[in-house]
Amino acid sequence: MKSSPAQAAELGPGAGTRRRPSVAAHSRLTPYLYLLPALAVYGAFMIYPLIRAVQLSLYEWDGLSLATFVGFANYQEVLTDPELRASFAHALVLIFFYSVLPVVIGLMLGAVLHRARVRGLGAFRTIVFLPQVIALVVVAIAWRQIYAPDGTLNSVLEAVGLDQLARPWLGDFVLALPAVGLIGTWVQTGLVTVLLLAGMSRIPGELYESARLDGAGPVREFFAVTLPAVRGEIVVALTLTIIAALKTFDLIYVTTGGGPGNSTSVPSYEVFRRAFELGQVGSAAAIAIVLTIMIFAINLIVNRIGERESA
Amino acid sequence: MIARSERLMNYLMLFFFAAMALGPILIILSNALAPQGSDAGNGFLGLHPGNFVDAWQQGNFSSYMLTSVTVAVIVVSASAVLSILAGYAFGTMTFPGSQVLFYVFLLGIMVPSEAIVVPLFFDLRAVGLTNTLWAIALPQIAQSVAFGTFWMRASFRSSSKALLEAATLDGASSFRTLFSILLPVARPAVVTLVVLTFMWTWNEFLIPLVMSPNGDLRTAPLALAFFQGQHVQETALLAAAAVLVALPVVIVYLFLQRHFIRGMLEGSVRE
Repeated sequence: MKSSPAQAAELGPGAGTRRRPSVAAHSRLTPYLYLLPALAVYGAFMIYPLIRAVQLSLYEWDGLSLATFVGFANYQEVLTDPELRASFAHALVLIFFYSVLPVVIGLMLGAVLHRARVRGLGAFRTIVFLPQVIALVVVAIAWRQIYAPDGTLNSVLEAVGLDQLARPWLGDFVLALPAVGLIGTWVQTGLVTVLLLAGMSRIPGELYESARLDGAGPVREFFAVTLPAVRGEIVVALTLTIIAALKTFDLIYVTTGGGPGNSTSVPSYEVFRRAFELGQVGSAAAIAIVLTIMIFAINLIVNRIGERESA
Repeated sequence: MIARSERLMNYLMLFFFAAMALGPILIILSNALAPQGSDAGNGFLGLHPGNFVDAWQQGNFSSYMLTSVTVAVIVVSASAVLSILAGYAFGTMTFPGSQVLFYVFLLGIMVPSEAIVVPLFFDLRAVGLTNTLWAIALPQIAQSVAFGTFWMRASFRSSSKALLEAATLDGASSFRTLFSILLPVARPAVVTLVVLTFMWTWNEFLIPLVMSPNGDLRTAPLALAFFQGQHVQETALLAAAAVLVALPVVIVYLFLQRHFIRGMLEGSVRE
């Protein structure tokens, strides 16, 4: 009996490599025709600009006159210019508020809620996720009104007799950056909590039973069972929120404009300011490329860790 | 099994964090309904819903909302169609170069807008395309297609093999297989893609900010940022405008929240 490829596939994994059924393609070109429209737009408005950004980053250009080739000088500037180095340092501070804090809160909250099996979890999920869907410009305006000199926060402080703590939060050289960071915490905590809760709900109940039989309390149960089981979700949460922290632009643009001084300037804001306000297009492109490389690197590192965990 | 006091603590915690998430939203809502400056007199039960009308008119939001809706319709429909076609090729066909091309698309999910917006502005200005809908929509279509292709590929890959085999045996053309067999099954995935793309497009700030330097084509969030510049001191008016800008996505979210949550959680779990 001659065995056709289809029959071989029917025999199961032992009978050779099972191939996914492929849609009838009348011509070898068919798949490429389906790809063509997407590739055309994607190539022209994503890949090409990305290559152009790399090219621009090697020039000194004010956006109008002739550009001068300067090699890697713009990248050197990223490493040496104190103002730019400060903006990258601010991004690191934001990562604490956007990523570390939400993951810690989300883990605590998730562990308690998962253990307790409380009612109303569905409504809770809807509410805590809500900050994710609101335009950041709106978020920024809401929080400006909270942080304003005569805003909600100061009114509350005065009402409880802590007048001396009241201050224009976003105008404070030291406190403006953490104040903006806490907005990020507010936005990201819900997403992270929902993500971790979803991961925890997939942990088989037997794991907890056997941990309890071993006499583990809630704390040991958390570190021995829950935490290792949601490593994958933690990795995803960190990737998403770190990228969000590095891409913070709207929030800074609307709340502080990088000020007071440059105490809240961040790389993405510097890209905008240099390219469209200061006429330093090359420098802006170099910062953007460094930012892109940082995001790629974080993704790569996090995925590597994820692969090792699951192996 | 769980003590009553512990149960109470759990509910307190649930309540506390829900209140933290809702707090700023309730604050801006109450600011939006507060009296404007001096005319504290008349109102409805002490509330001033008239602020929304004032904000809408003074901020010229009818024109900016229209721009936002137009951009959203273009970006959402174009990127959905392109993503379905590309995802179909990647998810169901085997062809040389598919892997490399797919990785090229994945790359786009990670590239920040900051990186493409600088060269795009100067190149589009050179060909006279800035201050047009195309300059605002096309870069966002490219961004959405990156995620959409990834999303639709995963959906088509998980569609049943029996279905595909039956279609192949039937001799259905690849186009018919997609439209009458696969797409109906993939409808939930398409809905998720559409609501996510709508949210991203509606809330996008940097691209419309840069691409329309003369301010002819302001989207609603952008108009709100400029409105703030003119009305910093008028808390009530500004809050009302902010609520109006956030509202469309929030309404869609309240009806289709499963799609939002599923898309943002699963879409981030890369293979």
